Amino acid sequence: MKRLATKLGFYASVFVLVSPAVLVFLWMISLSLKNELDNTAFPPVFIPDPPTLKNYVDVFAQNNFGLYLWNSILVTGGAVLIGLLVGVPAGYGIARGKAAKFAVLILIARMTPALSYLIPLFLLFQITGLVGTITALVITHLVITIPIIVWIMIGYFENVPMELEDAARIDGATTWQAFRHVALPLALPGVTIGGILAFIFSWNNFIFSVVLGGKNSRTLPSAVYNSLTFEQISWGPLAAAALLVTLPVLLVTVLAQRQIVAGLSAGGLKDG
Amino acid sequence: MTATTTLPANLAPPHPAPFTHSADFTPRYWLFSLPAVLIVAGVIVFPWLFTLYMSTQDWKIGGGPEFVGLQNFAELFRDARFIESMGHTAYFTILAVVLPILFGTAAALVFHREFPFRGLLRTVFVMPMMATPVAVALVWTMMFHPQLGVLNYLLSLVGIGPQNWVYDPGTVIPTLILVEVWHWTPLVMLIVLGGLAGLPREPYESALIDGANNWHMFRHITLPLVWPFIMVAIVIRTIDALKAFDTIFVITQGGPGTASETLNIFLYLQAFQFYKIGYASAVVVIFFVMIIMLSLLLLYARQKSKWNA
Repeated sequence: MKRLATKLGFYASVFVLVSPAVLVFLWMISLSLKNELDNTAFPPVFIPDPPTLKNYVDVFAQNNFGLYLWNSILVTGGAVLIGLLVGVPAGYGIARGKAAKFAVLILIARMTPALSYLIPLFLLFQITGLVGTITALVITHLVITIPIIVWIMIGYFENVPMELEDAARIDGATTWQAFRHVALPLALPGVTIGGILAFIFSWNNFIFSVVLGGKNSRTLPSAVYNSLTFEQISWGPLAAAALLVTLPVLLVTVLAQRQIVAGLSAGGLKDG
Repeated sequence: MTATTTLPANLAPPHPAPFTHSADFTPRYWLFSLPAVLIVAGVIVFPWLFTLYMSTQDWKIGGGPEFVGLQNFAELFRDARFIESMGHTAYFTILAVVLPILFGTAAALVFHREFPFRGLLRTVFVMPMMATPVAVALVWTMMFHPQLGVLNYLLSLVGIGPQNWVYDPGTVIPTLILVEVWHWTPLVMLIVLGGLAGLPREPYESALIDGANNWHMFRHITLPLVWPFIMVAIVIRTIDALKAFDTIFVITQGGPGTASETLNIFLYLQAFQFYKIGYASAVVVIFFVMIIMLSLLLLYARQKSKWNA
């Protein structure tokens, strides 16, 4: 009897923990599938009847959503790619060269508000005429992607035994070859995790695009925010747009949950 | 660094290292970091130094810089709106650290146990922290709507009258905390869960023999052992809460009035609404000093603290 009560109490607490997440996402889906009349009804309509995909069609048809999606892909893709290209070798160099000072610099960069980079970079882009370009956004997103990737890679390379590389060098390998053919393959899980976390934080970033993005170079988060402030608010399309923005990262979360958990403990502070 | 990579058995070192790596081997590794060093110098260190320079200038976008020394700082500490935003930041940060730490630790204890669908339910629980902040903020804004919002309807079902949520200066920060707790409790849960995963078995077995109950075991074994992980979560949460921007900006823009204007929102408005970039840079400098000092303090506390069991 007492064991049954404990068990029920346990399941009740699981239910209490998980329900806020479930309810908010379900409500988001519900809003996105209802017509405007049902969305502003009181008492609220919970189950869309009949469900409609009109909001999703509207988002693509009326709000240049396709362009902003493409911008987001370019900015995040570019920033993650450059981040991996320079960040992975940098993590190796720091781990093996024991460049602790550079590692601390990277950590401080991770702790500073993203907003604080924005004023100088904004002036710089004004002078060079880059304000409102995708290039400017890719450059600012490096502030997000490089620190995450470097910090995670340091941890992974430190766990690769030095002896393996020493052995390779005895066989005549150069330092680069030892990195490329011995250390890198062993640290590959770190590359995946660093890439995923850099993708998530860069994709979710809002502030850089708000300040630096032009009418045609905005990324999705700031585009969705702008449609809220500058057009008449209609809940259905807004919920549909919000859901579409966050869908890629939710999919990645579900598919790569394990890696994300491992990576977050290795230094994935959120951005902002 | 807690990241671990396990090596396949056949990759174990074939023979002892023939030479020890002395300091003179180090320089050849610097080349690997060079591209990143150059980019970091450009997009991270240059902005820091330039901000320091700008903070000593009277500079508005459109005009030119004019050296004023520390006048921006003196002015800031006479600016009631700045002082007020510091207060809001402190209020917001304390709640946005304490509540997720408590709930996140509790959630970690629950998810540490084995139960059906644990992996799936944990993924669902973790989803909020990955969701795009702007998307999350928009949906919460709709839910907080005083007339049409679903939250007031749900409260009416249990006999609680309508709330003004973010539209009332008195409740706006607690309401934003609600979103923050929903958003970031999962991060604390993941960090503490990582700590729980590494717990040794022996202390529990001997405690069981001694007849200890669950509370005693939590208080005297679990808590001291996972305390370092909770400290990591406290450090991360504190820094993140200080920096919180996206959801506050989207849901309230600092309003109503200036009731939810935190340091970060104040900084944004000074720089990109009033275009006072010299003044805003002084805010960045103060912000920067605060974050560095606070993180050093917390890291020091983390190293010092041995939980008294």
